Amino acid sequence: MSERTTMDQITGVGGRLRDALLVPTLALITALLIGGLIIAVTDVDILRLWGDDPAEAFKQTLEAVGGAYKALFVGSLGSVNAISETLFAATPLILAGLAVAVGFQAGLFNIGAEGQMVIGGMTALFLGFTFDAPTIILLPITLLGAIVGGAFWAGIAGLLRAKTGAHEVITTIMLNFIALFLAQWLLKTSVFQQTGRSDPISKPVNEGAQLPRLFGDDYRVTVGLLIALAAAGFVQWLMYHTSIGFQYRTVGANPDAAKYAGMNVVWLTVAVMATSGALAGLAGANQILGLPPYEGTTAFSGGIGFDAIALALLGRSKPLGVVWAGLLFGALTAGGRQMQGVERIPIDLVEVIQALIIVFIAAPALVRSIWRIKTTDEGTGQITTGWSA
Amino acid sequence: MTTVDHALESAKVRATPEEKRSRILTGVYFALSVFVLFAFAFDEDADMDATFKLALPRDRFEPIDWVFEPRIMSIVVSIILATLGVVQLLRGFGRWDNVVLGGAMVLFVLAFLGWAAAGQSFSLVGMLTSMVVLSVPVTAGGLTGLMCERVAVINIGIEGQLLGSAFVGTIVGSTAGRWVGLLGAIAIGALLGAALAVLVIKYRVDQIIAGVAINIFALGLTSFMATRVLGPNPEFNEPERFGTIAIPVLEDIPVIGNMFFKNNIFLYGMLLLVVLIHIGLFHTRWGLRSRSVGEHPKAADTLGINVYRTRYRNVILGGMIAGFGGAALTLGSTGRFEENMTAGVGFIGLAAMIFGRWRPFGVLGAALVFGFARGLQQKLGILGTPIPSEFLSMAPYIVTIIVVAGLVGRARPPAADGQPYIKD
Repeated sequence: MSERTTMDQITGVGGRLRDALLVPTLALITALLIGGLIIAVTDVDILRLWGDDPAEAFKQTLEAVGGAYKALFVGSLGSVNAISETLFAATPLILAGLAVAVGFQAGLFNIGAEGQMVIGGMTALFLGFTFDAPTIILLPITLLGAIVGGAFWAGIAGLLRAKTGAHEVITTIMLNFIALFLAQWLLKTSVFQQTGRSDPISKPVNEGAQLPRLFGDDYRVTVGLLIALAAAGFVQWLMYHTSIGFQYRTVGANPDAAKYAGMNVVWLTVAVMATSGALAGLAGANQILGLPPYEGTTAFSGGIGFDAIALALLGRSKPLGVVWAGLLFGALTAGGRQMQGVERIPIDLVEVIQALIIVFIAAPALVRSIWRIKTTDEGTGQITTGWSA
Repeated sequence: MTTVDHALESAKVRATPEEKRSRILTGVYFALSVFVLFAFAFDEDADMDATFKLALPRDRFEPIDWVFEPRIMSIVVSIILATLGVVQLLRGFGRWDNVVLGGAMVLFVLAFLGWAAAGQSFSLVGMLTSMVVLSVPVTAGGLTGLMCERVAVINIGIEGQLLGSAFVGTIVGSTAGRWVGLLGAIAIGALLGAALAVLVIKYRVDQIIAGVAINIFALGLTSFMATRVLGPNPEFNEPERFGTIAIPVLEDIPVIGNMFFKNNIFLYGMLLLVVLIHIGLFHTRWGLRSRSVGEHPKAADTLGINVYRTRYRNVILGGMIAGFGGAALTLGSTGRFEENMTAGVGFIGLAAMIFGRWRPFGVLGAALVFGFARGLQQKLGILGTPIPSEFLSMAPYIVTIIVVAGLVGRARPPAADGQPYIKD
C-alpha cells in the first residue's frame, strides 16, 4: 500500500497508469501465447512428425507459430497499407464497442449489437439505393436511418426489459437471429434484390451514400473512421458531461437508488438500449457504405457485434479505452486476414484470442498468478444482474 | 376527466399482474379464434380434403390416415378457442392456465396445418417425430442451465459447451469409436463446466461475462479447428453414429411408438435424465442441499453445507449433461460437425429452463414446444405455404422472446441466482 502511495506521489498518475495498462498488456501477451500453442497443436502433419523426428517437428512448430505471428504483425503494422487496413477494420469495431460500452455503464448487457448492426445497415442500404443526392445530403440521411434502425431494434429489448423483466441477454440474442432471417428475406424481395440475381444480394447504394475514402483510392480507410472517433467523443460528452449520462450511469450503479431519486427507470432502460443500438446501427451502416461493392449480403455484419463485447471489456467501457481497444482488435483483424491468406491459419484464431482476453481482463487474479505480479486491479466485478431484476 | 375515466384509471392501478395476464390471455384466445375463422375457414381451398398420415412407411399398422375437411376443422377449432376465451374472462383456469394455453396453441397449429395441407397429404407423425428429435439438445441445454441455476450460477455458456462437445464427440468418435467419442464429449462438457465454475466461484467473474467468454472461445476454437484440422483431414469428421434402437412392443403403438420408442440412446438418455434429476432435486439430500444453496447460500453455509463445493459439483455435472447433448448433435444426428452448428440451441435451452420454471419436466415440455416450432419449419416447406421460409425460421426465436417476456406467467428463479457467494 505504502509503496503504491509513494509511486503515485512521485509520478503523479504513474502508478495508476501502470495499473491501468499492466493487466490489459499481460492479458494480451498471455492470450497470444496460448494462441501460439493452439497453432502448434493443431497442425496434424507436424503432430505426426513428433514420433519420427522430434527435432524437426520442434523446428517446424516454431516456424509455423513464428510465421503466423509474423504475418499477424506485417498485416497490421508492417506497411502504410497495413496500417490503413488496421484503421479500416477498427472503424466498425470502435462503433460497436461503444455500443456495448454504453450498455455496460448503465448495467445492461447488450449482446445484440450484431442484430442492431443488421437492422441499421439494412435501413442505410434501403435509403442509399432508393434516393439519389450528393454526398453532403444523402450520406447524413442514410446514417440517420442507420441510427434510427439500430435504436429501434435495441429499443425493443429495452422495452421488454423495462416492462416485463425479460432479460436483455436472452432477448437481444434472439433478436440477432430474427434480424438475420429478416435480412435474408428482405434481400430476396424485389425491393432489395439486385435485378438479374437469384441469390440474396442487394442493389448497390448510390454514390452519394458511399463513405468517401480518406487517403485516396489506394487505401481503404474511409470517413467512417472520423465518424467512429466523433462517436467516441460524443459518448464521452454524453456519459460524463450531461444529466442524461449521469442518469444512465446511476441506473447502472444502483437501479433502486435511481428509482428513489425520482428517475424514470423504464424510460431510462429503453433510452440506454436505444443509444447503444444507435451506435451499433452506425457500425452496420459502415459495413455497407464503407467498402465496395457497396451492396448488402446476408453476412455483412461479420460477427463484429460479438467482437464488440470483448472490446468493451478490454476498454473498461470508457470511450477512450474503447478506441484503443478497437485499434488493437482492428490490428488483430487486419493481421488475421494476412495470416489466413499467407500462412493459411484460419482467422477464427483471432476470436479465440479475444475470448481469452475477456477471461483475463475479467479475472485479473488469473493474470496475477500466472505472471506473479502485484496489481490493485479488481477486474470487471459484477456488471449484470440475474433474470428477475 | 369524467368519472368513468377515473374509474378506469384506478382500475388500471389496482390490476394485479395475474389480472393483467388473464386479460392478455382472453385477448389471445379471442384473436386466435377470429383469425382461424377468417384466415383458414373462409379460405376458398378449405373444402378440399386434407390427409394427415399417422404412420410411417414400414410401420406395422401402416397406413393410418386421418382425412378431414379443413373448413370444418377450422370452424370447430375457432369455436373451442372462443369458448376458452369466455371461460378465461369469466373465471380463469387457475393453475391449469399454462396447460390450457398450450392446448389452445396445439389446436391453433392443427387448424393451421389443416389449412396448409388442404388438398394434399402431410406426414403428421413425421413432424412429431422430428419434434422429439430436435428437442433433445434443447432439453440438454435446459437441464444444464437448471443444474447450475439451482445452485445460483447462471450459465450463459451452454451454447459453447454444446458446440465444444459436439466437436470433440465427432473427432474422438472418428478416431476411437462412437462410445469413446461420447465419453470425450461428456468430458469436454465437464471441462468447460469446470472452467465456468472456477471463473465464477473462485475468481468471482461476472457470471454472464464468463459464460459469454466460454461461448466465444468455443465458437472460435471449433471453427478454427474445423478449418485447420477437419478440412484437410475429412476422415476425422466421419464418426460412426448411434443408430436407432427400437423398443419391442412399445414401438408398435401408433404415433407414440414412432415419437418415443424408435429412437437412439440420446432420446432415451435424456428422458432418463429428466426423471433422475427430478427425483434427485426434490426427493434426495443432494437436491435439498443444492436448492438451499440456490435460495439462501448463507443459511446453507451456516448449517454446514459447503456452498462452494456444491456449486462446483453441480456446474460440472451440468457441463456433462451439455456434453451429452452436444454429442447428440453430431454422433446422434448427422454425424458431421459444421461450424456454429448449434445456432442458438443453448440459448433456447435457457429459455426452456425459464419456461419450464426451473423444473426438469417443465424443461422437457418447453423443449418439446421449441422442437415443434423447428420441426414445423422443416416440414412446412414440403407443403408449399405462401409464408416465406425465413419467417418460419424465426419462429423458435420469437417463441423464446414471448416466453421470457412472461406471457406464460412470471416464474420465480432461485433467490440467489446470479450472485457470487462470499464466505465471511
